[in-house]
Amino acid sequence: MLAYAVRRIVATIPVMGVVAFFVFSLLYIAPGDPAAVIAGDQATPADVERIRQSLGLDRPFLVRFGEWVWQILHGDLGTSIFTNLPVSTMIAQRFEPTLSLMAITLCFAISVAIPMGVLAAWKAGTWIDRLIMAFAVFGFSVPVFVVGYLLAYIFALELEWLPVQGYTPLSHGLWPWFANLILPAVALGFVYIALIARITRASMLEVLQQDYIRTARAKGIGQRDILFVHALKNASVPIVTVIGIGVALLIGGAVVTESVFAIPGLGRLTIDAILRRDYPLIQGLVLLFSFVYVLVNLGIDILYTLLDPRIRY
Amino acid sequence: MSAQTLNAPPVISVAHALPDLISAVKPRRGVVGFLRRHPTVGLGGALLLLMLLVALLAPYLGTVDPTALAPARRTRAPSADFWFGTDMLGRDIYSRVLYGARVSLTVGFSVAALASAVGLGIGLISGFMRWVDFILQRVMDGVMSIPPILLAIALMALTRGSVGSVIAAITIPEIPRVSRLVRSVVLSLREQPFVDAAIVAGTRTPTIILRHILPNTLAPMTVQATYICASAMILEAILSFIGAGIPPTIPSWGNIMAEGRALWQVKPFIVFFPALFLSVTVLAVNLLGDGLRDVLDPRLSKNP
Repeated sequence: MLAYAVRRIVATIPVMGVVAFFVFSLLYIAPGDPAAVIAGDQATPADVERIRQSLGLDRPFLVRFGEWVWQILHGDLGTSIFTNLPVSTMIAQRFEPTLSLMAITLCFAISVAIPMGVLAAWKAGTWIDRLIMAFAVFGFSVPVFVVGYLLAYIFALELEWLPVQGYTPLSHGLWPWFANLILPAVALGFVYIALIARITRASMLEVLQQDYIRTARAKGIGQRDILFVHALKNASVPIVTVIGIGVALLIGGAVVTESVFAIPGLGRLTIDAILRRDYPLIQGLVLLFSFVYVLVNLGIDILYTLLDPRIRY
Repeated sequence: MSAQTLNAPPVISVAHALPDLISAVKPRRGVVGFLRRHPTVGLGGALLLLMLLVALLAPYLGTVDPTALAPARRTRAPSADFWFGTDMLGRDIYSRVLYGARVSLTVGFSVAALASAVGLGIGLISGFMRWVDFILQRVMDGVMSIPPILLAIALMALTRGSVGSVIAAITIPEIPRVSRLVRSVVLSLREQPFVDAAIVAGTRTPTIILRHILPNTLAPMTVQATYICASAMILEAILSFIGAGIPPTIPSWGNIMAEGRALWQVKPFIVFFPALFLSVTVLAVNLLGDGLRDVLDPRLSKNP
């Protein structure tokens, strides 16, 4: 178990290396002069030269890459072109709202999607199943900002149950913090729910055909225990996998959701960064999000061995 | 064919035809039968065809110049004159939404085609050349570790916005998914007896790839391509919506929504109509993909 965990952790190092190399080399493989593109159309040649130097584009690629990786390993993500603040400081300031949004969305989506998928598998072929699967296709098809506007229009503008936009830090009280995040979390969770519910159904259908389920039924175990104790545990590996993969959707969706609901988090920072073409900030954000994504999936890889003791690598 | 018409030699006795105890089940053949058995393909295909027609015939469907400014009639609500209302610069939203279909469909189809082609190439190389495979898979691991929207955003930050650069920025994150799929199909096919037979018979590797491997990758690739098309259309709208996609001068659904964003609390119709068209189009492509998967891979149809 421990050896396996250590091996998995070591295996993520080359992946992060490739991510870092890719994010870094984008500056060099982009068509045209990236310094000129980043500086914008109104820039003077002096501005372009300043940006070229601050990005290190005037020095050899590998030298610059080595320095950059060295800095990152020391916790220095560079300096924003636009604000001249350290990228790590800017990220730290915006961390809380995004973390809150993702945590609430994750809890909400999992607690809705898994019962939905189990129900659909149990009632496979009936109208309940069809309704849930229709919802899943729908969830894949409606972009997150459309769901966001729709929810905000109904529950905030028309019914006035919840705040329309904005964010209240957790330090200002639990309810104001939570109330502001309900609609964004539901909007962001929509596609995630569709994804998890679909996989849960497929995985449960497979497990429910197994002999031990028939045995459990013959022993007189109740339907609920069969579904949630015997079947769900054995169906959990694909479900957990897709929860991990789906975190990428969640991260991408957060960028858009924060913009719809005016939440001053990392997503909003990403959009500001791209509108100002603040490339060091974009690099830092992409690297951070990828790191979180890889870390989540690493955790899930290790979780497999707990869920299914037969898995030994 | 009855038994009597057979010119059987006398030593062989021919069984009498069985009486028609069970009336034959005749599955309806042809297009109608196919669509009846696979209603999602029919519904998705029909909706998508409708959108294609809308996009192609946009100039003839009662539209005006989608970029014509008319500051005098800003943000009018939908009416007989302006079916979907007008935006904050007085442009007719109905016309803009119809022309916007062109951008979305172009991006969706181009990304699906490009990502499939490049992914197919990488997947075939990966499946056949083991030492290249190791390097390629590490690169794909890296690209897949970057959430697609963020990668597309990072790419867009480095290029001047155009339809072409949006297509490229959305294609790159999609390539690993296709190449993984093709690679896994190739690896499992390589173990099949008919491939061994071809190798034993002295068939050259390019011929094996072309004649034996490629045709078997087409079915899963087609399904994958439809899903890529759907997600590309959503990604394009997201990129344009956050101001990092199609240049604002070109009407696209994402752009119309981006412009309606500031006013959405008072004039929700500006956002509503492009959102509706986008959702219906993506739904159509997803339905088509689900249907095609059931048709092309019956093994999966029981547990979608």
